[in-house]
Amino acid sequence: MAIKILMPALSPTMTEGTLSKWLLKEGDSVTSGDVMAEIETDKATMEFEAVDEGIIAKILIEGGTEGVAVNTPIAILAEEGEDVAKAAASAGESDASAAPAAKEPEAAKSEPAAPKPAAPGQPSAAAEKPAQSSGSGDRIFASPLARRMAENEGLDLAKLSGSGPHGRIVKRDIEEALSSGTGKASAPSEAPKAAAPAAAKASAPAAASVPSVDDPIFKMLPESESIPHTGMRKTIAKRLTESARDIPHFTLQVDVEIDKLLAMRKQLNERDGADYKISVNDFVIKATALALTRVPDCNVAYTDSAILKFKKVDMAMAVAIDGGLITPIIKDCASKGLATISKEAKTLAGKARDGKLTPEEYQGGTFTISNLGMFGVKSFTSIINPPQGGILSVGAGEQRAVVKDGALGMATVMSLSLAVDHRCIDGATGAALVKELKALIEDPIALML
Amino acid sequence: MADTNFDVVIVGGGPGGYVAAIRAAQLGMKTAVVEAAHLGGICLNWGCIPTKALLRSAEIYHYMQKAKDYGLSCDNPSFDLDAVVKRSRGVSKQLNQGVGHLLKKNKVTVINGWGKLAGGSKGARKVAVTKDGKPVTELTGKHVILATGARARELPGLEADHKLVWTYRDALVPNTMPKKLLVIGSGAIGIEFASFFNTLGAETTVVEVMERVLPVEDAEISAFAKKAFEKQGMKILAGASVKELKRGKDTVTCVVEQKGKTQEITVDRVISAVGIVGNVEDIGLEGTKIKVDRTHVQTNEWSETDEPGVYAIGDLTGPPWLAHKAEHEGVICIEKIAGLKGVHPLAVERIPGCTYCHPQVASIGLTEEKAKAAGHDVKVGRFSFIGNGKAIALGEPEGLVKTVFDAKTGELLGAHMIGAEVTELIQGYSIAKALETTEEDLMHTVFPHPTLSEMMHESVLDAFGKVIHM
Repeated sequence: MAIKILMPALSPTMTEGTLSKWLLKEGDSVTSGDVMAEIETDKATMEFEAVDEGIIAKILIEGGTEGVAVNTPIAILAEEGEDVAKAAASAGESDASAAPAAKEPEAAKSEPAAPKPAAPGQPSAAAEKPAQSSGSGDRIFASPLARRMAENEGLDLAKLSGSGPHGRIVKRDIEEALSSGTGKASAPSEAPKAAAPAAAKASAPAAASVPSVDDPIFKMLPESESIPHTGMRKTIAKRLTESARDIPHFTLQVDVEIDKLLAMRKQLNERDGADYKISVNDFVIKATALALTRVPDCNVAYTDSAILKFKKVDMAMAVAIDGGLITPIIKDCASKGLATISKEAKTLAGKARDGKLTPEEYQGGTFTISNLGMFGVKSFTSIINPPQGGILSVGAGEQRAVVKDGALGMATVMSLSLAVDHRCIDGATGAALVKELKALIEDPIALML
Repeated sequence: MADTNFDVVIVGGGPGGYVAAIRAAQLGMKTAVVEAAHLGGICLNWGCIPTKALLRSAEIYHYMQKAKDYGLSCDNPSFDLDAVVKRSRGVSKQLNQGVGHLLKKNKVTVINGWGKLAGGSKGARKVAVTKDGKPVTELTGKHVILATGARARELPGLEADHKLVWTYRDALVPNTMPKKLLVIGSGAIGIEFASFFNTLGAETTVVEVMERVLPVEDAEISAFAKKAFEKQGMKILAGASVKELKRGKDTVTCVVEQKGKTQEITVDRVISAVGIVGNVEDIGLEGTKIKVDRTHVQTNEWSETDEPGVYAIGDLTGPPWLAHKAEHEGVICIEKIAGLKGVHPLAVERIPGCTYCHPQVASIGLTEEKAKAAGHDVKVGRFSFIGNGKAIALGEPEGLVKTVFDAKTGELLGAHMIGAEVTELIQGYSIAKALETTEEDLMHTVFPHPTLSEMMHESVLDAFGKVIHM
């Protein structure tokens, strides 16, 4: 009996992915545990291992195909002793219907999906209108009624958030959007105008509009290489656009002196038999986690009906990787010692760079730390990683002139910048966290308490 | 003395109260239910359930009378009223015990007695429990849910005496089979009893103050029902009111006024079903901020009263007086208390209603009239039972499925059905409403053949000029 190999769900939230590359070809034999293909989710590229044994009878979805829905048959495996040709043929027929689910690689590259032909019985008016597509390729969950209402009212579903089951957009979300005036799709007449650069500028502030890759303006710019969006790029673009647009950010800056911290770090790292090497960043992670436990009102997420105050600090740390960034998580960070944090941070960063993080290692987190100090950046601010309530940006530690007791002196100073979501964290609350953090970093012996 | 501190104390063990209690227990709350009479409340003991048992007997009796139509013989069918009632009571008893087991299984503390708010403050509300006037215990609940239900309304001069003039409760355990019966009120309760006694052979008159029977239903359904009832020999006096009841020894003479004309109707028994009133008395509302409007406790959309930490659900809070409304309110109330995500208030237009008269009536959402009044441009579909194969095969060719859509959005605004088994069918439209389907999705839904449900499909098709079998 031929076995259908289905597109796997490599993370709990994955609904579709890119079948980047087949590592096997038709006719190859596989044993359980063999890496068969590379699959790109919205977060990372992962290896897809075989569960069954047999011979690849037929590859149904070619490598490089985007938007392959989870559970779509992607290949046929003939079991030992089975006629490979027969297995390939038999499965081909039964799954003919599954094939259109995945976009062909060429089609996906060039143009947005063409409007679907009207289903029989569909009112003809609906068929004439262009499909309500955000162009991002992400499936939007909305009730049929919500879709119809959005179409009638010219709302872009991609700009709305759903309050129904599993975030489904339902009638009340549309009614809310209509009464608040949000979610209006950019008028179609604006598109041709964008051709002229001047007009494009004038209409720019209207929405989070993205220029088309075919926009004539690019013809006037120097020659370029086109790098198609990866799943990760799309996720970064979508989440951070939403965050920057929808979350009222404000930032609090503070300079902290780290001479005591550096001395303590040296002392710890030089201990006999030390099997760790604690970095300044590890100290910042630990201090931030402790500060968050002391000011739990900052370890929060804003939701539609309540502020969720987390009982533990799961610290996400931004790690730059090829083609983007990812935020692996140190769970229950406040209860861990410096050495443990240091080791975990190192392991996670390594795995992140190798693309080996499992979804559990990068999904979640109650707060994020981003450190660009190693590049010599003095200070910067970050965009909140939703649904978290805050993110800490860490600059370089550098010797600066400081005034102490009326006299000019010198200290190693690091600039920290805390960005928070004003919907759930107010100024004074954020300031309390900053104060606590400064105290812990400047008097690092307190970290031991 | 057992522990008297609870996360949630629920006063009333009817469908609202006991369901809320089970949900609370599932969410890890320490929960108590205070019930003065029977677990399962009116619904299970004196309402929905035992009446369904009675009506089932009436239905089978009706089929026995029609046996010949099906090629069967059943000469001189008869019934034993006591046995019919006994069966009905047995059904209630079985389910009542079932509720007890469910609560026990979920580790809900059940306290037999009369619960009453007894002060305390937010986060520590007191509920005093008494039995036969003697104090039993005093409970403290972080949250208290009032679910004391409702009872039959008494109109001056038409008060039940439980011998000649019955409430629903007396009618459930009739001591005699009336030869002539007059039912005041043609809401669900009145019309179900009228249907029961009429089927068993009582000469039945229904007096309705509104212009039509089943006044909350769509006008077309009401008119259909009136014709069907009259065909069965029931006398319907709509736009009429009972002015006086002259109670004799074993008969009652009813003075009925209809359009300025007065007539006297003498019957053996009268059933008074003129609406219900909330059980707001002696539950400790006095001295609290809780507002009562026309016997119903006022709450917001989350069942919260004006007294923090005190909630009210079900019949106590007003129409629609339906067990499933109470159940849902109870669950939503508890989930809101627990701080669960994705909890939304109950949408009234998504609560179906069922009436088990013969023929059955079921509906959800807006009537055509109300949809138009609300400013909708409507598309209306109709499909008659006569066009449905299964209905003909069942020998039930009389009935109608009516659907009302918003012409602009395709939203299913309402569905109204009359005929055999429609009470079991309406849930299809409930799901459609809950999922916010449009006409398109309903048209693409495959309904199995041969079933009565095909009419639900055809009615939708008809609304958009695509009906097949009509």
